[in-house]
Amino acid sequence: MTTGTPPILEIRGLRKKFHDVEILRGIDLLVVPQELVFVIGPSGAGKSTLLRCCNRLEEPSAGSVHVGGVDITARSTDINAMRRQIGMVFQSFNLYPHMTALRNVTLALVKVLRKPRAEAERLGMAALDRVGLANKARSYPGELSGGQQQRVAIARALALEPKVMLFDEPTSALDPELVGSVLNVMRELKRGGMTMLVVSHEMRFARDAADRVIFMDHGLVVEEGPPQRIFSTPSEARTRAFIAELGR
Amino acid sequence: MEAWSRFLDTFFNLDVIERYFPAIMKGVVVTIAAAVVVTGTLLGLVLAIVRTFRLIPMNALIVVFVDMFRALPPLVLVLLVYFGLPNIGINLPSFAVLWLVLALVLAAFAEEIFWAGILSIPKGQWEAARSTGLGFLGTLAYVVLPQAIRLTVPPLTNRTIAITKNTALGTVIGVGEILNQATTAQSFSGNATPLMMGAIAYVILFIPVVVLGRVLETRFAWRRV
Repeated sequence: MTTGTPPILEIRGLRKKFHDVEILRGIDLLVVPQELVFVIGPSGAGKSTLLRCCNRLEEPSAGSVHVGGVDITARSTDINAMRRQIGMVFQSFNLYPHMTALRNVTLALVKVLRKPRAEAERLGMAALDRVGLANKARSYPGELSGGQQQRVAIARALALEPKVMLFDEPTSALDPELVGSVLNVMRELKRGGMTMLVVSHEMRFARDAADRVIFMDHGLVVEEGPPQRIFSTPSEARTRAFIAELGR
Repeated sequence: MEAWSRFLDTFFNLDVIERYFPAIMKGVVVTIAAAVVVTGTLLGLVLAIVRTFRLIPMNALIVVFVDMFRALPPLVLVLLVYFGLPNIGINLPSFAVLWLVLALVLAAFAEEIFWAGILSIPKGQWEAARSTGLGFLGTLAYVVLPQAIRLTVPPLTNRTIAITKNTALGTVIGVGEILNQATTAQSFSGNATPLMMGAIAYVILFIPVVVLGRVLETRFAWRRV
């Protein structure tokens, strides 16, 4: 990446302990604007925890996370104000089942950003349109397929115009034939210049969309580099073993 | 035919109905029942919301209150409050005692029902809402409670009916209550008709609650996955 651009997400010496188990053991990671960084690694490596520390759904035990230059781990930081700038997409979608797709998207616009209802609906429809689901605005989550639900969830995060988006295994809960639609939306976001940090096992997607791949194991970054190098000629033995395992 | 007319004469005697109708309807029970439903449910909801803040001393108090009022029979509570409070200089009219006790009992059960509803909402719902910048209270108000309350309508309706029926306990502390008026009328008339009138009065009183519960269940039902 270009050296002059200040990072949009800056993780320094991040540690996270659950009771006596250290899940993250000192992570350093910079993500610059418009970059798509892909995090891979065996389960239990701490990938999801890393992501969840980036908007303080998990409280880091040590280290710092800066988003757009603001230390979100500082006591004085208004975390709710920062979270609007950090979109998050979950493995299990987590749409609000009692609200239509449009209301799912507009809730934060109305209640957090205090937009008037009409403007919120306009922005909500625009966000749904970006994920190709404007025609499902009045549907309830229960009436949508998993892939559609996940795209509504992406629209919900997108509507707040975040500076960076975190994807926590966005396709792991989907039937194989629905994965493509969600990945296409993510490709579209990438093309639109969105900065993304993605935890996923979709290696094909990583190969053709990611700018950089991070391989994590046991709470540490083992290796990082462009996808072609990580997937074809990884330098660390653990990375090689993991990639080989995936290829089987 | 003889038996049938004797049955009608005993249980649905028109003269008796006419004579005692005003007395039975005069029971303040309707007001008390309505007051119990409203205040009990609201207090229960407030307690459940307070409990979500997870302040340990506060929650300990709530749990003690809830367990006490769920464990003790309402009759015991009515007698304790009615005959106990005057000893510390608090004199409440009997209808107020009945309302207070039943509202607290309903609040105790309602709190547990609402709390269970709140706990049954997946953690992911909280996380999704918080990740969009919504605060704790906003998440509770717009995301968690609307879902939790939908789940609580059926058990809450049942509990409300069961507890509000205890207005019949007003008899023991002299509240002019349907059953009380009915038994008195029965003794005076030497006829069982007033009891039937009491029963019908209860049906008229509680059918709306039952129907309301059903309406809420249907209205609040949303299309699930």
